[in-house]
Amino acid sequence: MAEPMKIRATMAGDVADIKVLMNHIMETGTRKDAKTGQLVPAHHITNITATVGGKTVLDAEIGGAVSKNPYLGFKVKGAKAGDKVTVSWVDNKGDKNSADATVA
Amino acid sequence: MNHQRRTVLKGVGSAAAVGVAVAAGLLKPTAAFAGDRSAFDAKGLDAAMKAIKATGAAESKDITVKAPDIAENGAVVPVEITSNIAGTESIAILAEKNASPMVGEFNLSNGAQGFISTRIKLANTSNVRAVVKAGSKMYTATKEVKVTIGGCGG
Repeated sequence: MAEPMKIRATMAGDVADIKVLMNHIMETGTRKDAKTGQLVPAHHITNITATVGGKTVLDAEIGGAVSKNPYLGFKVKGAKAGDKVTVSWVDNKGDKNSADATVA
Repeated sequence: MNHQRRTVLKGVGSAAAVGVAVAAGLLKPTAAFAGDRSAFDAKGLDAAMKAIKATGAAESKDITVKAPDIAENGAVVPVEITSNIAGTESIAILAEKNASPMVGEFNLSNGAQGFISTRIKLANTSNVRAVVKAGSKMYTATKEVKVTIGGCGG
């Protein structure tokens, strides 16, 4: 599922403000299908890793309670314009995705 | 046609990037698939707090939980956590009244600030709780969000 992921990284003073928008259905596994009454199987991102300039800055574990198409914002001190930002995720079915951006 | 070719190339590129990340040990396959996810299965706030070893965390005024007072749609509730505690290592977000309160845990390192902004699902009107780990201590703060339409489809 290589749907695009959007990353925006901008410097504000000496802190990089990084915003990531992922594309994922984020199914909790507790919702019932309106037509069949069957539970919709869980399908959500479980781990997100972000690196800036090759160093891990964020390592997150999330569950199905994060909204569909997850948004994630975080701030990194000591990053510089031109640093490479990489964000990757893995979901509970083993699907994964990764994207790069450059701090502007 | 050109556009399609681009998409294909992009797909190949990102798959390769994941491969590199795994090789470099950034995405540990074991942690990614077989990690301790008991906190996410925990039912009820007490069990979830216990699972993340945050039982008895001290209330702190240095943590700000920014969320709307009233959320019309519980499926998408913007939440911003700011921790001004020095040496913040991780921020966990819990939705107290959800069947499984654990929303996520964010480990910060290498200059990442005590700040996380995301969007979460709330089953009904509930406190949104942030748990911050700094040093070996746990701190916590809450903010109540009133929900008009629940977001867990129940």
